[in-house]
Amino acid sequence: MVELGKKVMAGDVRSASRLIRNIEDNLPGAKQEIRKIFPYTGKAHVVGLTGPPGAGKSTLTDELIRCFRRKGKTVGVLAVDPSSPFTGGAILGDRIRMQRHAEDPGVFVRSLATRGTMGGLSKAAGDAIHVMDAMGKDIVMVETVGIGQQEVEIIHHAHTVLVVLVPGMGDEIQAIKAGVMEIGDIFVINKAHREGAGKLFKEITAMLDMGPREPGAWRPPIVMVESVAEPHEFERCVDELSDKIEAHYQYLVNTNQLGDRQRRRSLAEINAAVRDAILETVLRRLVADGELDRMVEKALNKESDPYTLAEQVAERYLGGSKASMPVAE
Amino acid sequence: MSERKIRVMVAKPGLDGHDRGARVLARCFRDAGFEVIYTGCHQTPEQCASAAIQEDVDMLGLSCLSGAHRYLFPQVAKLLKEQGADDIVLVGGGIIPDQDFQPLYDAGFKAIFTPGTPLDTIVDWIKTNVKPRS
Ligand SMILES: Nc1nc2c(ncn2[C@@H]2O[C@H](COP(=O)(O)OP(=O)(O)O)[C@@H](O)[C@H]2O)c(=O)[nH]1
Ligand SMILES: [Mg+2]
Repeated sequence: MVELGKKVMAGDVRSASRLIRNIEDNLPGAKQEIRKIFPYTGKAHVVGLTGPPGAGKSTLTDELIRCFRRKGKTVGVLAVDPSSPFTGGAILGDRIRMQRHAEDPGVFVRSLATRGTMGGLSKAAGDAIHVMDAMGKDIVMVETVGIGQQEVEIIHHAHTVLVVLVPGMGDEIQAIKAGVMEIGDIFVINKAHREGAGKLFKEITAMLDMGPREPGAWRPPIVMVESVAEPHEFERCVDELSDKIEAHYQYLVNTNQLGDRQRRRSLAEINAAVRDAILETVLRRLVADGELDRMVEKALNKESDPYTLAEQVAERYLGGSKASMPVAE
Repeated sequence: MSERKIRVMVAKPGLDGHDRGARVLARCFRDAGFEVIYTGCHQTPEQCASAAIQEDVDMLGLSCLSGAHRYLFPQVAKLLKEQGADDIVLVGGGIIPDQDFQPLYDAGFKAIFTPGTPLDTIVDWIKTNVKPRS
């Protein structure tokens, strides 16, 4: 793993994909390479796409790639699909819809399996975004799993979130509304030729009307996208969508909110990294001195309980709440 | 603590549009615990090679039923080599006559599986011969 980070910054696809793999597999040294590229990240516009399976997220992503390429931008895509909880295997099928761009050196599509992570993304997604960013991709699109209400992890990573819906989902929309609807910066009604598109439009409008309205605040637009069976109409709609995506980024820049989103992202990343760093270190020690086994025994015998045991561990390894932190001179 | 997974790609170069077999294979690989990227039909050799590189797969399985494997399969091997990715294990499948095996091995293919090969045999071969790269 010699100098992967350096090669990534030179735009090398093979190294970039390898580094993402090393992060996914949690190989020793992978974090070190992320450390090297981190100072050079923060330039890409990260766009998230969420919405139920079959809504057309991958098909839209494919068409958006075309739009952004025509505008002269380079594009990275991370497409997340679920891992089987039984075998740990996964079928990553989003790529099928984007293969026409496979030979374009300005496009890099990488599939990720969730590997047990909840929330619609994989644990490696944040670093994979950094890798594509450091490669110099102007736009990084992230397609989430799309299982339903719990798909909110994407707001920690994206500047612009697209919620993709289709008419005729019946009551499903009610459930989705509760969680995912609040995170949308842009709503897409896909397959808008279908019956119920008008009704869905009204429902989303009503929901947006209920939300808080500060003067000058971004009002999430609702973009109707016609069937792929009408290529010209479809292209025109997705062109409009790509304009809206760029307008949202411009809005964030103009109103100084881009920094807020970056801050939100950094906070989520630090949270995750701190948890990892502490858990890994402490667990390794507990296992090594046999303490973990003794704790299990105590819980089994009802001598103690998991909360008390955890507090004792925190006290011992982290100095507890009473211990004072060393202060920098 | 590292968590290695075998990543494989199943691609169908050429013009035949029968991908039922490829889909069955993809599901079987998932059930064996692999991460499988499926690219669909009608792929050019260039698309197969660049997708395999973008996905950092350990193995690329090409399937072809139309007889065009003689040209298409070695072409993919050549493209991978040119891009420094000849460490990706290449496997061929489909209707491939015996006399074509040796030229494909010479081109860099490590195994050929013809219709009727039990799925377990293929999975076992992969588990033995394909390792996640580091
Ligand atoms: N009729 C119609 N079908 C579409 C449209 N967009 C996507 N599809 C189809 O819907 C299915 C699911 O699309 P896909 O993009 O994979 O959805 P995803 O699961 O949200 O990524 C595929 O069979 C697409 O061909 C559309 O605008 N109209
Ligand atoms: Mg998809």
